[in-house]
Amino acid sequence: MQTIKIEILGTGCKKCQQLEINTKAAVANLNLTAEVAHITDPVEIAKRGVMSTPALAINGKVVSKGQVISPEQIQPLLQH
Amino acid sequence: MFDPFYPFDWLATQIVTQLLGLSITSHLGSSLHFFLYDVPKVLTLLIVISFLVGTFQSFLEPERVRFLLQGKRTFVGNILAAMVGIVTPFCSCSAVPLFIGFLEAGVPLGVTFSYLMAAPMVNEVAVILLWGLFGLKVTLIYIGFGVSLAIASGYVIGRLKLEKWVEPFVWELQKARQVTSLEDADTLEPVTFTWRQRFEQGQFQSSEIVRSVWLYVVLGIAIGAGIHGYVPTDFITRYAGASNPLAVPIAVILGVPLYANIAGVLPITEALVNKGMSMGTVLAFTMAVTALSLPEMVILKKVLRTQLLAVFVGLMTVGIISIGYIFNALLT
Repeated sequence: MQTIKIEILGTGCKKCQQLEINTKAAVANLNLTAEVAHITDPVEIAKRGVMSTPALAINGKVVSKGQVISPEQIQPLLQH
Repeated sequence: MFDPFYPFDWLATQIVTQLLGLSITSHLGSSLHFFLYDVPKVLTLLIVISFLVGTFQSFLEPERVRFLLQGKRTFVGNILAAMVGIVTPFCSCSAVPLFIGFLEAGVPLGVTFSYLMAAPMVNEVAVILLWGLFGLKVTLIYIGFGVSLAIASGYVIGRLKLEKWVEPFVWELQKARQVTSLEDADTLEPVTFTWRQRFEQGQFQSSEIVRSVWLYVVLGIAIGAGIHGYVPTDFITRYAGASNPLAVPIAVILGVPLYANIAGVLPITEALVNKGMSMGTVLAFTMAVTALSLPEMVILKKVLRTQLLAVFVGLMTVGIISIGYIFNALLT
């Protein structure tokens, strides 16, 4: 199975950590293999066109920003 | 005038006089009343307002703000930026992505700065505390002066043409964007929130804020209560009153390292104001705590040359100190 590349874009705030937890839960629920990276460098975040953190990028594409989404909301995004 | 906080006052008075049998004018009685009145009042305000702000912030995403401010060159842009700064929530952690995102899309540097100054100064915690502790009038004055300062400073930075002191990679990003355009970032489908989701965000925001500040609030109010009941008035008036010309600058300097502890410090200043500390000094102090925060400076250093950071800090410092003096002069 193909490994999904997931990036959490956030500067280390509580919300960003919550998003990381939710994302890992979503990955585990679906029995997927994914590589989850937490990007904290604000310049890197800006380069991806994101202005409100936390944001979630899957395989290099930003799929959510500015809010914490639940594992249930993340799962359909992972299945694309 | 209608006092929305009357029930809190009534309850605190009942507890002190009826339950504990203390006189409200005694040292211990007035201290206890201060504590029992302020703690529930401030915590209630914090919970309710941060919930509302968290719920409605999903209507004003930074992308929408950026679109509003794009290409606005003149004074109008600065005014608009500062006004939008009032209503958008701000976290110093997103200052850099916002800064780059604005410049990239062609929002002028001065206009970007007006936004960056107004947004943290008029943040929900500071506004809630000012309203709860000092009343609506003081809060509106604070917002008014804060926004004017953000407009004026941003305008000055715009006129000085300081673009050369922004780290060059920001402009390279801007150029790259003009070629590939923002299409890529904007292909993200606009998320449509249900009310349920908005309320969830509000609840998250509220519990987050309350969890991070409640201890400071309670401790600050406890110290304030002690001052309220036991410290003699002439002592405070002599050192922090309007007659001491050094009070304002000292308050501003003290405010800089206190970032995020505004929740604990404002209740102390409330007690000091009751004892004769002047209001302008408090306003200047609050602005210094919110607008001149050290962590934000450190973060902004990533995109700004030291010279521009110095201009930013200098303009704000001079502006805040002036506001303190003006306000003290107007009131005395």
